[in-house]
Amino acid sequence: MISIEHLSKSFGKNTVLRDVSLELKAANISAILGPNGSGKTTLIKSILGMVIPDQGTISVQGQPIRGKHKYRDQIDYLSQIARFPENLKVRELLRMIQDLRTRKAYPDALIARFELEPFMETRLGHLSGGTRQKVNLVQAFMYDSPIIILDEPTSGLDPVATLRLKELILKEREKGKLILITSHIMSFVEEMAEDIVFLLDGHIHFEGSCDELKEKYHASQLETAIARMMMRTENNPHHEQNIQI
Amino acid sequence: MNKIFKYSFFDLIRSRWTLVYLAFYLLLTFALLTLTPDTSKVVISLMNIILLLVPLIASMFSVIYSYNSREFVELLLAQPIPRRQIFLGQYLGVASSLALSYLLGIGIPFLVFGILGSAQLGHFLTLLLVGLLLSFIFSALAFLIALKHDNKLKGFGLTILVWLFFAVIYDGLFLVAMMWFRDYPLDNFALGASLLNPIDLSRMLILLKLDIAALLGYTGAVFQQFFGSSMGILLSVGCLLLWIGVPVWRIYRISGRRDF
Amino acid sequence: MLLKKLFLLVILCLLLGQVDARLDVCATCPYKAIKPAIAASQAGDTLFIHSGLYQEGNILIDKALTVIGIGYPVIDGKNETEVITVTANRVSLIGLHIKNVGTSYLEDRAGIRIKKAKHFLVKNNKLTDTFFGVYLEHAREGKVVGNVMKAQAKNEASSGNAVHAWYCRKLVVENNHVSGHRDGIYFEFVDSSIVRHNVSENQLRYGLHFMFSNNDSYEHNTFRNNGAGVAVMFSKKINMWENHFEHNWGGAAYGLLLKEINDADIVRNVFEENTIGIYVEGSNRIHYLNNVFRHNGWAIKIAGGCMDNDVSGNNFISNTFDLAQTGKGTYNRFDGNYWSEYTGYDLDRDGVGDVPFRPVKLFSYVVDQTPETMVLLRSTFVDIINFSEKISPILTPAQVQDHAPRMREIDIPFTH
Repeated sequence: MISIEHLSKSFGKNTVLRDVSLELKAANISAILGPNGSGKTTLIKSILGMVIPDQGTISVQGQPIRGKHKYRDQIDYLSQIARFPENLKVRELLRMIQDLRTRKAYPDALIARFELEPFMETRLGHLSGGTRQKVNLVQAFMYDSPIIILDEPTSGLDPVATLRLKELILKEREKGKLILITSHIMSFVEEMAEDIVFLLDGHIHFEGSCDELKEKYHASQLETAIARMMMRTENNPHHEQNIQI
Repeated sequence: MNKIFKYSFFDLIRSRWTLVYLAFYLLLTFALLTLTPDTSKVVISLMNIILLLVPLIASMFSVIYSYNSREFVELLLAQPIPRRQIFLGQYLGVASSLALSYLLGIGIPFLVFGILGSAQLGHFLTLLLVGLLLSFIFSALAFLIALKHDNKLKGFGLTILVWLFFAVIYDGLFLVAMMWFRDYPLDNFALGASLLNPIDLSRMLILLKLDIAALLGYTGAVFQQFFGSSMGILLSVGCLLLWIGVPVWRIYRISGRRDF
Repeated sequence: MLLKKLFLLVILCLLLGQVDARLDVCATCPYKAIKPAIAASQAGDTLFIHSGLYQEGNILIDKALTVIGIGYPVIDGKNETEVITVTANRVSLIGLHIKNVGTSYLEDRAGIRIKKAKHFLVKNNKLTDTFFGVYLEHAREGKVVGNVMKAQAKNEASSGNAVHAWYCRKLVVENNHVSGHRDGIYFEFVDSSIVRHNVSENQLRYGLHFMFSNNDSYEHNTFRNNGAGVAVMFSKKINMWENHFEHNWGGAAYGLLLKEINDADIVRNVFEENTIGIYVEGSNRIHYLNNVFRHNGWAIKIAGGCMDNDVSGNNFISNTFDLAQTGKGTYNRFDGNYWSEYTGYDLDRDGVGDVPFRPVKLFSYVVDQTPETMVLLRSTFVDIINFSEKISPILTPAQVQDHAPRMREIDIPFTH
């Protein structure tokens, strides 16, 4: 379980998150959505301790995370851009990441799922973007951690691998894990996410279930709902004022 | 830190560029030793090259590595390890692999040419020590720059500037200052200003071996004390170690509090 | 016929009572002390002094005696007096150990003084802590050979010279080992003399010092760790051959200092690890031939007023500066040397470089003006300014160049 209270963060003069409060529960798939620069990545990085908040507290499994590092053992993380040391082999990379964790890892089933066996002895620098993303997925899912954070998980994946990924996410959901996703692919989000957090200019603009969102904006598809939501905010002078503050 | 160090070190010693760097030193040293029969001349030629090249390559290599591994660092930051360990481990990995290439590249040819029994052993060891320390110093400076500047272009530019400053510009300003104020006692200034530049310090260590006769030609008491006793060597090595320690400490501090 | 002549000679000698006698001095001998033995002796006698300690104050030898020490008898001045003073011709002093003359600021006391005498021999003696070792004044045609002289001089004012010669002619100073004095060997107004195969080291001032002395030569000596190796001042026609000048380090340290010297030959000497190999001031018509300069701060430093000097056939190897010139009006030749700094080429392969070498670097001017800039030696910036000066000379004198630099080290025909 992750709870965020009154989180604010600015980089220089640029305020990225303003007073964000959020509760993420176990046995749930949540998606964080929002246009570019809305603070999605900053929010995720704050949870992971890469970004240090100006104000507010973040607790993971009930413990405040500030200045700590051990709590990250509870989190599996898939980063957006998969770049690894070029001269390490796939097997060595996986071993290295396991080496950094205390939790036991189960890479073999994942390697089979994404058909990576032929690449295990290949240097990471020689892999294609899609294969690298598969390696990235293996390293992210191989621990049985209670929290999974996925930043653009489908990027670079072929349809078969995407399908395998979806199955995998659902399987982990069944185990009662907390799963947090960001993605640009609305169909993917619609298919996977139960709850939606929509960020706009550092605020939580909408928080609720996927169905509530569609209902609110009278749309049958998530993409349409979000498009309508964004158009409405653009025409809302009150909101403009908010931005200028 | 050990684990991060271990993996970045193993990653790097298999990198093509490390091998190129090693091959370059092997070739250079073998060529010099074959063409020049006088090993003390080889040491002097190498000194000139090393004082320029080791800082340049160490800082460029480190700054490139540092920027290239940004995304991987993000992955590491998501692991349950303290973030300071990541940067110190990477720094040590890069600096050690550079130092290893340097040691092997210079050391093997000299060993083949029988340095062990020769009178030049002292000069050779000084040369090795100086190159080693310079690798660690300029690697640390480059890591620090990369850590402070997210803008790659700015980071590269600054790194080259730092190198150029310490390798050439500093000495130019230093020389002009000394000539300008030559009517004043300059002993302390001359020695003090040398201590503030790691390349000058390294040069000083070599001069203490090669040119002691000329250095003692100047009668100033401070000079005599500095160059005439082991104080000069101790102070130079001490300052060089500080030149590693201070940037590493800054890396430690900044990596603890910055955002990624 | 010959036998008869010899016989007559012996008879004559017996009659005159002139047979050379042998007098022994020791605790159990007829003579217990040296002074009574001298008093009892006649010219031409030989004194054998057996090992033991003799403390008899100043001993005066005023007749032609041969004094031989057996087992190095110690003659001790107890830091109170001069030990042996010789005023007669044909005196030999051999195998003595003379000690403790003691410093005096009023008189130049010596271990052995030869005063207005000829044909003396001072051989294989040990002199320890004698203020002056062997002091020769108005002495001629004598030899100082194989002596070992040690002292612990602290400062110039309270120390003397190991061999000190003043107004002498035709001396031979040979195979001595002298250390720890003010000057190792000091010649003032000494002509036609030879100094060879000596080792002079750790002197406060000079290993060998010539003042106002002409037609002398010194060869095969080693001068090591002195304030300066050899100083030759105000003298003419001094030959300097095959000496070693080593490790003379310090603010005013030279291997060889030449001041107001004309017409000298400096041949086949080795200058190694000196702050300045040779420092020349106001000296003309000197030939520097086949010398080796290795690892010196400056191989040769020429101050003003030096003309018609010829530097050729020398090896300049790994010196910090090969040549420095200060002052104007210096016209000298530097052709046909080997310079390890030379980077020219030799297309016609005749062993002579095709482009001239300029031994004076710009930086040596800078150092001359501001000595503290020495700390920038071998820095890249200094290399750059040296290089640009090499390409288009502004400050370094254009006439100072070797037009025929050798590509390889010159083989030097040493005789030892």
